[in-house]
Parts: sequence; C-alpha cells; structure tokens
Amino acid sequence: MTTVSISSDLARHPDAALAGDLVDRKLVLYHLTAGLVFLGVAMLAGLAFSLQFLQKYPFPGIEYLSPGRWRMVHTNGVAYGFLANSFLGSLYWAVPRLTMRPVYSRKLSWFIFWTWQAIVGVTAVGLVLGHAQALEWGETPTYVDPVALLGLILVAVNFLPPIFSMSGPMYVSLWYFVAAFIWTILVYAMGNFLPEYFVGGAAAGAIGGLFIHDLVGLFVTPLGWGLMYYFVPIILRKPMWSHGLSLVGFWGLAFFYPLTGIHHFLYSPIPLFLQHGAVVTTIAIEFVVTTVIINFFGTLRGQGDKLRTSIPTRWFYTGMIFYFTTCLQCSFQTTLTFQRIIHFSDWVVGHAHLVMFGVFGFWLIGITIYLWPRLVGASQWYRPALNSWHYWLTALGTFVMFTDLLVAGLVQGTLWRDLAPWEASLIASYPYWLLRSISGTAIFVGNLMFFYNAYKTWQMSRAPRESMDRNLPASAPIPA
Amino acid sequence: MFESKSGVFLIAGLGFFALSFLVMGLLPWAIYYKEPELSVAQMAEKGMTPEFVDLAERYPDRFKQFFGSPNYKSYAEALQLGHDVYVAEACWHCHSQFIRPVSNEDLRWGPVSHALEYQNALQRPVLFGTRRVGPDLIREAARRTNDWHVAHFYKPTAVAPTSVMPSYTWLFDAEAYPNKKGMALITYVQSLGSWLREYPYFEGDGPLGTGAKSGEPYADATVAPASLALRHGVSNDPH
Repeated sequence: MTTVSISSDLARHPDAALAGDLVDRKLVLYHLTAGLVFLGVAMLAGLAFSLQFLQKYPFPGIEYLSPGRWRMVHTNGVAYGFLANSFLGSLYWAVPRLTMRPVYSRKLSWFIFWTWQAIVGVTAVGLVLGHAQALEWGETPTYVDPVALLGLILVAVNFLPPIFSMSGPMYVSLWYFVAAFIWTILVYAMGNFLPEYFVGGAAAGAIGGLFIHDLVGLFVTPLGWGLMYYFVPIILRKPMWSHGLSLVGFWGLAFFYPLTGIHHFLYSPIPLFLQHGAVVTTIAIEFVVTTVIINFFGTLRGQGDKLRTSIPTRWFYTGMIFYFTTCLQCSFQTTLTFQRIIHFSDWVVGHAHLVMFGVFGFWLIGITIYLWPRLVGASQWYRPALNSWHYWLTALGTFVMFTDLLVAGLVQGTLWRDLAPWEASLIASYPYWLLRSISGTAIFVGNLMFFYNAYKTWQMSRAPRESMDRNLPASAPIPA
Repeated sequence: MFESKSGVFLIAGLGFFALSFLVMGLLPWAIYYKEPELSVAQMAEKGMTPEFVDLAERYPDRFKQFFGSPNYKSYAEALQLGHDVYVAEACWHCHSQFIRPVSNEDLRWGPVSHALEYQNALQRPVLFGTRRVGPDLIREAARRTNDWHVAHFYKPTAVAPTSVMPSYTWLFDAEAYPNKKGMALITYVQSLGSWLREYPYFEGDGPLGTGAKSGEPYADATVAPASLALRHGVSNDPH
C-alpha cells in the first residue's frame, strides 16, 4: 500500500536531507528540554508527597508547600508539562518528515512554545497558591482553562495544514495525530467547562469520568502510538508487520476508547446501565490493544537483538510490555467484581503510574534519547553507560512501584471491606508506602543521571571542534 | 475511508467523540436535567447545623468578626468558603464523597449515596473523589465534635496517631484558634450528610442497628450502623 511505501521510503533515509529545512531543530530541542525540566519538577513533587505517607514530609505546616497542593503539581506537571512538551517536540520532528512539508508557521510554533510554558508555569503557581479546580487532572485554575484551550487549538492550526495539504492516503501515525488534535480540543473543552459552568451533580460526575479517561485515551494514547508507528519502523529500518492490524488498532481505539470514562465511578450514583456500558467497552479495548501489541512484536521479529543494542528501542518495547500489562489489568479491574475491593485503593495509583510513566513516559524518554544527540549536533551520548543505568533504575523502579501499589491496594480494599478500623488500613499500608518512596527514589536518581548525561552531551557539542559535525547530524552515524 | 483524511477527521475525530459524548455525557445529563440544583443559599435555608452555632458560641469574638451572627446568610457564606478551601487544599484527592452499595460501606459510614444528594452548587464540579487515603466524608456531619476537628486540622496525629494527613496550620491564627477559613472548612465538613433526616452515623461506637440500607436521602434513615466488631488487633482509640 501507498502508506507502507512512504514509511519505508523514510526508513531508508531516517535523517535524510529531505527533512533538512522542514524541521526547526531548535524548537524540538526546546520542547524536549522543557519536557525534561517539568519531568524533574513533577518527580520531585511526587517524591516529596510520597514522604507525607511516611509521616516524614520535609516541609510540614507551610501553606505553599502543602503536600495536597504539590500532589496536583505532580499530576499536572506530568500531563501538561512533561508529556505535552515532549509530545510537541516529537511531533515537530515527525510530522514534517511524514508530510514532507513544514508546519503551518514557524512563528506560531514559537508562540505556542512560550505560551505553553507560561500556561504550565501559571498552572503550577496557581495550584500552589490554592486556585485549584475540583476536576481530576483538570485542576488547572479556571482562569488558565480558556488560554490552554486556545493553545490546543493553535497546535491543531499549526499541524493540520501540512497533513491536509498532502495528497493520497495518510501513514498510520498521521491517523492518530489528526484524531488526537481534534480529540484533545474537544476533551479539554468538555472536561474543563461543562462540569464547572453547565452541569451539576451525578451527570457532571459522568462527564468528569469521561474527561479523566479521554485525557489518557484521546490525547496521550493516540499521540504515543502515532509516534511509535513512526519511530519503531525508523529505528528498525523496516515497515510495520501488518497494515491490517494497524487499521484494526486505530479504529478500535477510536470507537471504544471514548466510551469508557464512566468506569472511574462504578457503584456511584451515575445510572448503572451506563456503568455497565463503560465496563463492556473497557474490556473491548483490551482486544484492540492485543492486536496492536502483536503488530509491534511482529515488526520486531528477527531483530530482537536491538533490545540490547538500541536504548530507544529498549524503552519503546518495555513501554509496550507495560502497556499490555496495564490494559490487561484494566480489563479485570474495570469489572464490578474487582471494583468492590480495589476502587479507592492504591491499586489504581499503581495502575496510573504504570500507564502514564511506564508507557508514555518511557516512550517519550526513548524518543528523547534517540533525538537528543541529533538535535544538539553531538555524534553520540556523553556516557552511553549512564543511559543504561538510567534505563535499569527507572524500569525496575517503575515495575517495583507498580507491583507494590497493586498489592497495597488489595490489602487496603480487603481491610476496608472487612470493616477493620480505618487505622488498620493505614498501619498495613506503611511498608508498601515505604517501598513506594524507595522505588520512586530509584526512578528519580536514574533520571538525574539522564539529565546530567543530556547536559554533558549538549555541553560536549558546544565545545569548539576542528570542523564539521555540529551541523551535520544528517549523515552522522549516531547509534539508534 | 479508513485511511483518508476526511474519514479520520470526521468519523474518528468528530463522529466517535460525539457518539461517546451523546451516550455517556448527554444521557445522564438528560436524566437529571429536571432535578432542581440547589444553590448554596437554598441549602443553607434547609437548616444550619448545630455545629455552626457551636462555633459561634465557642469562639464568640472571632466568629462575630468573621461571620457576624449565625444565620442562614452567614451559614451559606461559611459553606461556600469551606467548600472552596476543601477544593483548594485538594482534600478530595484523599477523601471520597460517595458511599457505594458494596463492601460494607453502608455499615461503616451510613446510607448509600443517592444521585439527588449531588444536585447542589457545592457539588459543582462533583466531589465524588477517586481515592480514599482517609475515610469517606459524605456522612461526616456531626460524627465528631468541632473540638475534634480543630485539633485534627491543626495536628492530625494529635487525635489520630496513625494519620498521614498533613497539618493545616494556616487555617489557624497565631494563637492556634481557627481563622475564618478554618471555621468555614469545619462548617463545610460538618454539613456533609446533614441533609439526611437522621444523622450522624458513628463508626465503631454507634448503637447496634439493622444497618442503613436505604438509598433515599430524604427518606427515614434507619438507625446508625452496626458496631464494628472486627478490630484486627488495632485499637480505635487515640493513645
């Protein structure tokens, strides 16, 4: 098919000059850097917040360092600071290559960049000052919401023209991107404005549920998979295993994912038949996800050694295994049977960390590791061994945190059901919360190594050298 | 169609989203559309809690300065401010506000939550919550005294040694009396569930009863939940 030939065409020239002027490398670099900065802030906030659970919060009794407020900085920093910035940077790299056209406007790109940093900055400050909105993952203060929505519209305005001016069918990545741009705008508008100004009560709960899950399913997931459909074939230098499965994956996600949101409020006062509908569609997602995973592992077949030799590939496929894990977990936890025990417990927290960080965070880190030397004009990473340490600390830390919280959730839920005094569930949770902080520290340390490595790589590329390779990433043999 | 720009944009992007919004968003909206949504003033007029009056008696000078006298108007003001503090401090991230009909939640907290309980301005956006580090609060009204809440907000471990709740000292003045925000937050928390005909529901120390199975918020609620016999070797009393 045409789409496949486009991808293999690019695969022959992964960094070829054909994309030379189309990509604003500095912009990509800025977005990825901003993403890493917010990742650092969000991890610090999360780590500090986790100490509250050990009764060891380092800044007790200070209003602007209140753990409850910094928890929101943690979640919003990840969603709008880390993920959004890293996605934008990756898109500015991938979309011009996929369309052979630059984005709509370079000036607009930079305007979006600075506006978005301002939005995330003001959000963080607003949350710390106590201006939060009572919407999970939409805690952005109400005065930021319209600006953020405008920013999302501008992102669509910037990226859709090059895609729409292409002729012929689009490559898989672009299906996901096109859908994600329009979905993100709609989801953000729905979640931030309807429950605040137009709908109250249980109906608003339904919309809030849709928002929480659509933010994952219609903003983060399609952008993440779209980028995987681009970067995996590029690095493996071969087309996707099955175009048919790509079609099933996209259309299955597009149909089922938006219908699942209410599964966040099972046994709530939202009408029960809608809760049942959300359960059924959530389980359906698992079948769709399985086809996508099969497709990607089929693509890897014969090149399994890349998991060892290529750090980005390792991040990508670790993320995919985690993705399959979370989706499998989800098809169980969404049932009313599981919900009796695990709802409200740390099980869900573990699930959220594995999805948002273990999957999409991993993919974006992999993409950043792939792009960083190419962007700063270095021939390779400062210390490849640090990348390895970064991987193992982060991957093991995430896996331990996930498993730990999963078990903690079962313990908590069972104690609650058995009518043990509330204190019993706290006492039983302490060891799990301690292990959570330890695994979180491992993740944080791993990423500090990554930041240091990235900084030194950048510094190395600034150092005066005899000639060439600063502006010569095109043919430089950077290990993928 | 499945790979074309218009197909992806119109069917997947707009169509499927619209479908989901219609089914999962507009439908519940339509179901509850006719149910009146109470304003804060209307909620206050349904009756202020004794705990609000108690605050006025306990801290007469400060209360007078913050809210004047305890009446429906000042009660509404305190409820609104307390709700805003509750949201600003993200209390709802660790405390849910709905009782499920499963896992003995009605025995622990009281009657199962009903949709109509959420048709009011203080549930906009709705404060169901998704995590319980601390207990659910929708049946919290009068379960504990104002004094307990004052001590607890100031230093949770003073009254609940195992608690992992942060201390909220900025809700207090220099002499450790609750300030306006502190009193408002206590008023708000003490109002949760006070719309039920019979409350409070006690955890652990309540009279033995048949359990509160009714989901009707304004129906005659049965007596408080059964005593919590299962102790798992942990004392419920503060040390």
